[in-house]
Amino acid sequence: MQQWIPFMPEDASTLSGRVDNFYFFLVGLSVFFFTLIAGLEIYFALKYRRQRPDEIPRPVRSAVRLEVVWIVIPFILSMTIFAWGASIYFSMYRMPKDALEIYVVGKQWMWKLQHMEGQREINELHVPVGRKVKLIITTEDVIHSFYVPAFRVKVDAVPGRYTYLWFEATKPGRYHLYCAEYCGTNHSGMIGWVYAMEPADYQAWLGGGAPEESLADSGEKLFQQLACNNCHRAGARDRGPVLDGLFGNPVALDNGQTVLADESYLRESILNSQAKIVAGFQRPSLMPTFQGQISEEQLLQLIAYIKSLSPQAGAGGASPAASPSPPGGSSGTNSQQGNNK
Amino acid sequence: MAESHAATVEGSGPSTTALAHHFEDMEQQREAGTLGMWVFLITEIMFFGGMFLAYTLYRSKYPDEFARGSRELSILLGGINTVVLIGSSLTMAMAVHSAQTGNRKKLIGFLAVTLLLGLTFLGIKAVEYTEKFEHHHFPGVNFKLGEHSETASQVAQKPDGAAAQPQAQKPVLDSKRVQLFFWIYFAMTGMHALHMIIGAGALSFLIYYSRKGRYTPEYYAPVELTGLYWHFVDIVWIFLFPLLYLLGLHE
Amino acid sequence: MISTAPKPSEVIVPPQRHYLNAGYGVKSWLLTTDHKRIGLLYLASITLFFFLGGAFATIIRLELATPAGDLVSSENYNKFFTMHGVVMIFFFLIPSVPAVLGNFLIPLMIGAKDVAFPRLNLLSWYVYNIGAIITLYAIIAGGVDTGWTFYAPLSTTYSNTNVMATGVGIFITGFSSILTGLNFIVTIHTLRAPGLTWLKMPLFLWAHYATSLIQVLGTPVIAITILLLAFERAVHVGIFDPALGGDPVLFQHLFWFYSHPAVYIMILPSMGIVSEIVATFVRKNIFGYKFIAFSSIAIAVFGFLVWGHHMFVSSQSVYAGMVFSFLSMAVAIPSAVKVFNWTATLYKSSVSYQTPMLYAFGFIGLFTIGGLTGLFLAALGFDVHVHDTYFVVAHFHYIMVGGAIMGYLGGLHYWWPKISGRMYPEGWAKLGVLTIFVGFNLTFFPQFLLGYMGMPRRYHAYSEEFQVLNVMSSAGASILAVGYLLPMIYLIWSMRYGPVASANPWPSTGLEWRTSSPPPPENFEKTPVVTWHAYEFKPRDQAEIVGEF
Repeated sequence: MQQWIPFMPEDASTLSGRVDNFYFFLVGLSVFFFTLIAGLEIYFALKYRRQRPDEIPRPVRSAVRLEVVWIVIPFILSMTIFAWGASIYFSMYRMPKDALEIYVVGKQWMWKLQHMEGQREINELHVPVGRKVKLIITTEDVIHSFYVPAFRVKVDAVPGRYTYLWFEATKPGRYHLYCAEYCGTNHSGMIGWVYAMEPADYQAWLGGGAPEESLADSGEKLFQQLACNNCHRAGARDRGPVLDGLFGNPVALDNGQTVLADESYLRESILNSQAKIVAGFQRPSLMPTFQGQISEEQLLQLIAYIKSLSPQAGAGGASPAASPSPPGGSSGTNSQQGNNK
Repeated sequence: MAESHAATVEGSGPSTTALAHHFEDMEQQREAGTLGMWVFLITEIMFFGGMFLAYTLYRSKYPDEFARGSRELSILLGGINTVVLIGSSLTMAMAVHSAQTGNRKKLIGFLAVTLLLGLTFLGIKAVEYTEKFEHHHFPGVNFKLGEHSETASQVAQKPDGAAAQPQAQKPVLDSKRVQLFFWIYFAMTGMHALHMIIGAGALSFLIYYSRKGRYTPEYYAPVELTGLYWHFVDIVWIFLFPLLYLLGLHE
Repeated sequence: MISTAPKPSEVIVPPQRHYLNAGYGVKSWLLTTDHKRIGLLYLASITLFFFLGGAFATIIRLELATPAGDLVSSENYNKFFTMHGVVMIFFFLIPSVPAVLGNFLIPLMIGAKDVAFPRLNLLSWYVYNIGAIITLYAIIAGGVDTGWTFYAPLSTTYSNTNVMATGVGIFITGFSSILTGLNFIVTIHTLRAPGLTWLKMPLFLWAHYATSLIQVLGTPVIAITILLLAFERAVHVGIFDPALGGDPVLFQHLFWFYSHPAVYIMILPSMGIVSEIVATFVRKNIFGYKFIAFSSIAIAVFGFLVWGHHMFVSSQSVYAGMVFSFLSMAVAIPSAVKVFNWTATLYKSSVSYQTPMLYAFGFIGLFTIGGLTGLFLAALGFDVHVHDTYFVVAHFHYIMVGGAIMGYLGGLHYWWPKISGRMYPEGWAKLGVLTIFVGFNLTFFPQFLLGYMGMPRRYHAYSEEFQVLNVMSSAGASILAVGYLLPMIYLIWSMRYGPVASANPWPSTGLEWRTSSPPPPENFEKTPVVTWHAYEFKPRDQAEIVGEF
């Protein structure tokens, strides 16, 4: 590991430089205040050390103006810290639209990752350099936390919901992947590596090995296996809503509310069909619940399939495995998703 | 709780003098006792507050299931209990007044009536609980709702739920969420009942010592503090009754 | 001049009968309602738990001397750090200063004969011990491995260790904390000696008043949370486990609603001690008395509004994160005010370097580092990287060990003559404070660096590049262990062999120093009347204005 300071993690994402600068600012500020306090303490302690055992100094009356100064100045500084920290936080958790999406499922004690193209990995993640990567994360059991120190990013994997994380690697290399939230016996073994690769190498890696079907294709197969297509198709208008063009668009519900069809909505509707019912369909819904019937990974495959039915939604920058996309390309290849079988 | 009990009797000391050794005068002792009880009631509010928070959160998340669970509760029994408790608050207030005026007979009488009403409440509560257990409404492995309702898991088990279930307007409910309602119901009313039992214990204690003539118009702090506690427990019920029992009515 | 402090020469004749010899035998201790004796009972209990928690810490540091998990299995390692946290937080830090020194001193400082509810006070000690015994049972019967945070669903569904017994132990002990807080609030409100107005009170009392507010308001919430968790584990119907229809993040909200303010339960009383020590050993009134007093209350109030900063990466909304970050920044201000005022108190004073003062210096320095790094963690974009890493571990040990325990030990030395009637050996004590200071910094400073490098906390085995700093930390821990053993040995020694202490050896202005050492059973021969302000070494009309511009 070549590092310019021995006590720094590697600087390997677009965010890491910003976090480091903030860190240096905070350290600088702390050193200043610590030196000020400790210096004054030591100086006063030496200068005003007791000369005679019965010495009693004159009392002091407090000075309101001085108090105001040392309330106002730290307040202004702390607000600066707040604003700076919040701006980085916003960049960290505002998801880019055109990112490469990868699905992550945590499990005691491993990370399972699925690429849109169908590659699956365990405790390893291959990503291209210079392209935004968005992770959609959940867990099968307890809370975990997906942490890549070199990228300065982290988010908890919470059972029953999806959390999101994005980063853009800036230099090729192998970086630690840790589980940061204590998750039971083998917590410290829930580690792995993130491989950031040059786009060409990444394409080679994607193409290498046995050709696998894309995540959306797996999802489509599952869709048929579970007989979802009996109702969710154009001919069965009265039984279930058609899913083409659904993802990323607002859905009107029978109670008059409107929700955005995002991953969480799809997840909830699959697992518990009664939770939200689309306007114009009967209540209770005819759809069975799939809670406990399908795994988190299968659920993600179904969601990937449903997303692939909404080409313009701009979600999911996955390029089909069969047609290599230009390196660093953004959302250009989405339109092929729906009929690429 | 034991500490409330201790708080009420703190400073009663040897029967020759009601002033505890570490207080300067009766006034100070009274002030300390009253403040102590109020602080204790604040901790109680925080204690119940955690459960009210959970209730609020899940009710807004699962309104249908909560309404469904609520309909299983007996408004009649809950209503009778509400009346009983309000009545007991009244008699408790009368008891405190009797202690103030030094009417020992009335004091003992009102305390006894309060105790009786408290026990009536607990008795009715026990009947309700027994019913719930018999109907498998206690959350856990044996939980089930009545015949006339459908839960989602039951629907899911049917291969083609479409044609078989024409009952349109009724929402199909997640059994787990209804259990959650009952879980919160048992947690809240159980905690409340525990407080009632402690209150009944304190009342018996007061009756015992009133008969011995310990309380005078100068010294009746234990009666007053137990009264505060009793009113607090009543107020908690005044919140619980509509939140748990009346919730399902508007459906 | 009646309004000034007693002169060093002022002699109070030691009475024949004091609280230590007022009765002998086990019964006279176990059934006592004397707040001073109850303080000592607490001292015995928590010292036991301090060394138990320390033993767990020793095993943790030994394990972490090498990257591989070679000393203990990961199951056992997880149990050790969990039990270290549980024991240290619930059974040592939370009761430490309030239950020992607060119990002993609050009635003395306000000129009362006892706390408002002496029997409740004794009850609280028993309640503590019942909870402690149940937790000890949980430890002996195989331990618990959920982390002291008990996050659901790990604790409700997945862990198969003694979560129930530990939870019940903590639940019960919580009531001892509530009882102590309730007692102190009422005592300070109603039993102050004639003339002792709120703004004449020593800052130790303000700090304890603020602490008691947190204990009374916060502890019931953790109690109900743990109760819900235990029932969820038993009946498998839950409000926390998503598989059972619950929400795991709700647990975190409820847990931190208490557990963040609990940090202030640990640190505020130590801040009170530091104010007492600084005033006494520089013989000057505390600069900005009112600001320090009200900052304690401000910390107690704001402390309840910042719990969400433990959840910046737990899928909380970005806007909630911003609100909590903002409020967390605000809570730093009252702490900063205290540090500035203590520093200003030294100006034109008369500083003596006796052991309690050295502890106070140590407290101010280490608390400053802990507080500043707290700002790091409250800053959203920075916290994401270091959340759940050793940076956090280092930060809270700087607050709780560098801050709270330094203050506690400083207070124990400062009031030791009053408690035991004997002086501790000054030379050994100075060696002790120095050892603790060096050992502490060597143990915990490297952990800041480890955290920024990305080493996650609660790791049994770790990547090789972290080893150098971990070895430093483990080396420091062994020095620290010696540092903690020293005071225990010489304080026990001094109870028998130490020089007899006068009523007011330093001297100081507080009421507790105006009765004999050790005090008589009811504290004062006759109820004192207070005419002076706290820390009034010289009449106030001689005061000069410093720092006005």
